[in-house]
Amino acid sequence: MADELELELIVNGDPVRATLPPQELLIDFLRERLGLTSVKRSCDVQVCGSCTVLVDGGPVSSCTYLAVEAGGRSVLTVEGFAQSAEFAEFEAAFVRHAALQCGYCTPGLLLTLKSLRDAGELTSEEEIRHGLDGNVCRCTGYRSILDAARELAGLR
Amino acid sequence: MAIQERLATVEVGVSRPRKDAHEKLRGQAQYVGDMEMAGMLHGKVLRSPHAHARIRSIDFAAALELEGVAAVLTAADLEDIEPYYGHAIKDRPIIAIERVRFAGEPVAAVAAISEAAAEAAVRAIEVDYEELPVLGTLEQALAPDAPRLHERRPKIGLFHGLGDLGEQEGNVCYRYAQAAGDVEAVRAQAAITVEGTYTFPAVYQYAMETHATIAHHHGDGITLWANCQHPFLVQAEIADLFGLPIGSVRIVVPYLGGGFGSKSYTKMEPLTVALARKAGRPVRIVNRVEESMVTSRRHGMRCFMRTSAAADGTLLTREAHFFMDTGAYADNGPRVTATAGDAAPGPYRFEAVDVQASCVYCNTPPSGSYRAFGATHLQWIGESQIEEVARRAGLDPLELRRRSLVLPGEPVRPDGSGKPLDADLVGDVEQAAAAVGWEEPRRPWVGRGVSVGLLAAGAHPVSRASVRLRSDGAADVYVGTTEMGQGPRTVMAQIAAEELAISSDHVTVHGADTRFTPYDRSTGASRSTTVAGLAVKRAAEAVAARLRETAGELWEIDPELVELLDGSALFAGDQIAYPDLIAKRFGFRGGEIIEGGEVRPEGGETGSYAEGPHFWEVCVAGAEVAVDPDTGVVTVLRTATVADVGRAINPQLVERQDEGATLQGIGNALFEELRFVDGEVMNDSLLDYRVPRVGDLPGAMRTIIVENADGPGPYGAKGCGEGALAAVPAAIVCALADAGVSMSQLPLTPERVWRAIQEQRAPTTTDPHDERPT
Repeated sequence: MADELELELIVNGDPVRATLPPQELLIDFLRERLGLTSVKRSCDVQVCGSCTVLVDGGPVSSCTYLAVEAGGRSVLTVEGFAQSAEFAEFEAAFVRHAALQCGYCTPGLLLTLKSLRDAGELTSEEEIRHGLDGNVCRCTGYRSILDAARELAGLR
Repeated sequence: MAIQERLATVEVGVSRPRKDAHEKLRGQAQYVGDMEMAGMLHGKVLRSPHAHARIRSIDFAAALELEGVAAVLTAADLEDIEPYYGHAIKDRPIIAIERVRFAGEPVAAVAAISEAAAEAAVRAIEVDYEELPVLGTLEQALAPDAPRLHERRPKIGLFHGLGDLGEQEGNVCYRYAQAAGDVEAVRAQAAITVEGTYTFPAVYQYAMETHATIAHHHGDGITLWANCQHPFLVQAEIADLFGLPIGSVRIVVPYLGGGFGSKSYTKMEPLTVALARKAGRPVRIVNRVEESMVTSRRHGMRCFMRTSAAADGTLLTREAHFFMDTGAYADNGPRVTATAGDAAPGPYRFEAVDVQASCVYCNTPPSGSYRAFGATHLQWIGESQIEEVARRAGLDPLELRRRSLVLPGEPVRPDGSGKPLDADLVGDVEQAAAAVGWEEPRRPWVGRGVSVGLLAAGAHPVSRASVRLRSDGAADVYVGTTEMGQGPRTVMAQIAAEELAISSDHVTVHGADTRFTPYDRSTGASRSTTVAGLAVKRAAEAVAARLRETAGELWEIDPELVELLDGSALFAGDQIAYPDLIAKRFGFRGGEIIEGGEVRPEGGETGSYAEGPHFWEVCVAGAEVAVDPDTGVVTVLRTATVADVGRAINPQLVERQDEGATLQGIGNALFEELRFVDGEVMNDSLLDYRVPRVGDLPGAMRTIIVENADGPGPYGAKGCGEGALAAVPAAIVCALADAGVSMSQLPLTPERVWRAIQEQRAPTTTDPHDERPT
């Protein structure tokens, strides 16, 4: 086995230091070592979006992203996002539209929407649909998620 | 009565926010794969690469040598028990015994200190296989000289529920038949006959959370944390397998990341228990998606159907002969086959009917339940023939349905057995048609279709629940229904709150823990609100009766005169809040009121399939589609589904059910398909198996909620959420036929549709639309 590597990064605002094998995936690092279980494993091939976390503000599929790539960067999961004042607006929109059912895809969706909005890419119907194309939800049929997204985009 | 209740309700009929929303949004909701137990090991499964093979030997010595490996399980470890399970037919070994019958079947399992260590150990196991001929298709399995996949005569399962097993013939594990009238004689008078052979593909439910189980086999029995839909049925099967009293098996069910039938009945639980038993420590097995894809799926099917009618469109006969690929083990195949057979005639008045169905073993992964099973398989076929009959009779397809649909109170089944119709199908389909612009002008290559069907729903009406009003006036509800996204934690709270006259904000609904939660048969068949919800209502009513009784004693009046309102008992200007009332009852600031509610077959019914269903779930939809004749691409412009729910306890959640089912219906109709080569799944990844994404939303998607208070559930409710999945593909197929393209194979891939357009345009073939009765 390859030698272990030192890793320093920021997770949900806190500095984290770890020694880990170079092949360890970010999803396993976050879930198994840090107990951040909002990060959900599903398709394992970067299609479904349920393992989405933000690295330096941009969305990545943590199932296909090496933990060491996050070295020196800042990672945000829903556990961290939920502590922010901004989160209340997302929460209210999702609750109002019942834009969740089983909840398994929900953390990835929230983070994707946050990154889109932060990047100024949540301003139109087209942008919303394009931006959410990488997040699969098998329960809701998407309409309620679009409604919540429109609200967050200030489109309604 | 219904009207009075309707006026009176304050919780029921209101779209309360989901009780589980905050936990789920904040990432605090726990699923089995998020849970860890002290001393827990991680399990990994070695699965067969062959669809059919004899196991000559398994050498796991090298695996045991690896660091962190605690135990390796093979069939040799199960010699002290009868290791076959299956709720319908006990045909499935916990782990392969001498032979594998599908690619992906567990052959060995490893428990180790980490997933990585377990995975390395699995790779170190050497298995010597002797490959056997693969029966990868229905044709191969049904061939006269096909080898039998199950030589041992299987025993009937604990929950077969469909009568005697009968002699197994070849690879047919279950046969279904229904007949009424003399089909040959009636059909001889027909002016219109429509017939064809149709295929429906195997599809994957794709609950986003895969199957996951933690098992602990300890001195007092077995404890499981499992993402199962039917905890009490799994409990009984595990107890039976491992020779324990039912009460010694405890199953705890946290939130499920979707189910859709994929987690119904027993799946990975026996293997996880066996591995934990071998290891002597708790073991967690979490499937990867490619493993769950070979754990459960929808049956592929081949069906011959023929419908005949008089020249004026009066329906005469329907024949359906079909075969379902249940895979290597029966799982829920017999029930799926029977439900499909039940749905085959459709809710129409036929003079004669002949339905024959076979559930067939193949060397493919096991098929089980998937939302609206049976109805989804048959409705698109039956409805496309109704569409064609209308065309040949020169009738508007909607008018043919108005004339021919079974009416409320009439028998649904052609032989007159079972529950009569408890819905207004004509009203439902008219609303669906209007919502997709039925009367609007037609455009080329755009079509509109409606579809109508019924799904035998409710399963066995057996549920218990308890409601506990605590000394502070807040309540807990204990009910075995699994929260897999459909919303029982919210709906059950609303029902209890309504009866207790408190806000649902003060009611907490707990998930199933078989040690404490009263019995509930299962979470499926759209039964939770209707059956378990009625048990909750009865339990809450009983608690309310205790409150009135206590107030009656206090005020020395007839308890019937006591009114309950907003957390207080009232009479003639006197008022006492529940906490004070409970304190009066016990003479102490404490105590609590706990009562149970029960639902069981009533009025002489036994709950048997023949007498059922508990209610008919309505499967009605309309669709408008556009097809591009140059590419074969089908675009869904509009959909409308009818949620004929009797009473919507939470209208917003009803809408979400239909919307989710609509998207799954679009996936099933347009592109979802598991592809097999020699029994092996070729597209066992989301890269190759496409599920609907946001871009697949129809241009307009509408849910029409119909509330006629005609269901057997609380406040006249009946279940929903499955019907739309059966109805939407059928409406799409009918709409495509209306646009000029008749299809007999799902999914409607661009290539298939394009080829159909070329064939149906070709001058050498007869245009079915021009055929006239002779």
